[in-house]
Amino acid sequence: MGDSQYSFSLTTFSPSGKLVQIEHALTAVGSGQTSLGIKAANGVVIATEKKLPSILVDETSVQKIQALTPNIGVVYSGMGPDFRVLVRKSRKQAQQYFRLYKEHIPVTQLVRETAAVMQEFTQSGGVRPFGVSLLIAGYDDNGPQLYQVDPSGSYFSWKASAMGKNVSNAKTFLEKRYTEDMELDDAIHTAILTLKEGYEGQISSNNIEIGIIRPDREFKVLSPSEIKDFLEEVE
Amino acid sequence: MVGKNCFAIASDRRLGVQLQTIATDFQRVFKIHDKLYIGLSGLATDAQTLYQRLVFRHKLYQLREERDMKPETFASLVSAILYERRFGPYFCQPVIAGLGENDEPFICTMDCIGAKELAKDFVVSGTSSESLYGACESMYKPNMEPEELFETVSQALMASVDRDCLAGWGGHVFIVTPTEVQERVVKGRMD
Repeated sequence: MGDSQYSFSLTTFSPSGKLVQIEHALTAVGSGQTSLGIKAANGVVIATEKKLPSILVDETSVQKIQALTPNIGVVYSGMGPDFRVLVRKSRKQAQQYFRLYKEHIPVTQLVRETAAVMQEFTQSGGVRPFGVSLLIAGYDDNGPQLYQVDPSGSYFSWKASAMGKNVSNAKTFLEKRYTEDMELDDAIHTAILTLKEGYEGQISSNNIEIGIIRPDREFKVLSPSEIKDFLEEVE
Repeated sequence: MVGKNCFAIASDRRLGVQLQTIATDFQRVFKIHDKLYIGLSGLATDAQTLYQRLVFRHKLYQLREERDMKPETFASLVSAILYERRFGPYFCQPVIAGLGENDEPFICTMDCIGAKELAKDFVVSGTSSESLYGACESMYKPNMEPEELFETVSQALMASVDRDCLAGWGGHVFIVTPTEVQERVVKGRMD
């Protein structure tokens, strides 16, 4: 490619106006495990595949969906270790906000600050961009919200979105099934069906992870038995 | 002082250096937004600088979050800013008054290093604070309408500053309700 001589330094633009490292980071995200999120009328659901490299891995030790604050949760597609670093930084920023204002950070502010961190790593020396895209789900005074943050640091608000492998099929499926006034339970069923579409093999309560937030504003990750109930309803 | 769905915030108008009176129209009560006022007593230069810093922080907050700050949030911010200077403090005691969610009145005061003190009825600060505590305590009634609140606050302020040689030269009273703000200058003993 004509761009390849410009791919050695992150902070150099290529002649076509792209930052090649960010393109590569997006490719890394695109080969990660599928994750998706759906914003319902009364809450948000985020879900991801949890394919483990071997059946000997203890699946309870792997947590792909994490809470950033009691009312904001996040899921990713891409590199797990990069995700852990971002979660740590975002949690710290949320707590700093609380310490200053004694008020919980609004979802948009936390998304903005996380995106600013990701952008920093595309413009500094000696660092590389994060190889993850995040789906941040939260419920605050402005209602339920879902944001996607990319390695470049750009963020978008979505009604429903998917990332990772199989993203185009998943998005088409979501486009067909999404309605404005969906209830949270319908959204969970839709999320499971969307994951099932692209899953190679049999989906079960141990190889997917689901996080939800209801109007009570408490983000929770569903336990395997709760996932099992929803799976049975779907079937 | 808190009234029924309204609050009053008032100050005297003297600016002095120990015994010499420099100005008799000094403003000590500042507006942060339509439903939030802060009064700063103590060293005049610190009061002015602190006010400028707080307006700066509030304007940035308004731009980022696209809303006004709630009074409780603002009080926490002031407390944090004062404590940042724990070992070289601003020599001011703020009095914060605002209408919060559902236009509930909120008042609080703090010392010069940010120890918040919330109250449901009235808060005072300044050189005449001891007289003010006494006057407010005896004159305060809960659920006063704006007109009665104005009378009470003016009487309490004038009575207290008259007994204090470092305060006085008139009073400046703001009555804030959900729909309007009345600003009045009270004539008092000019000495």
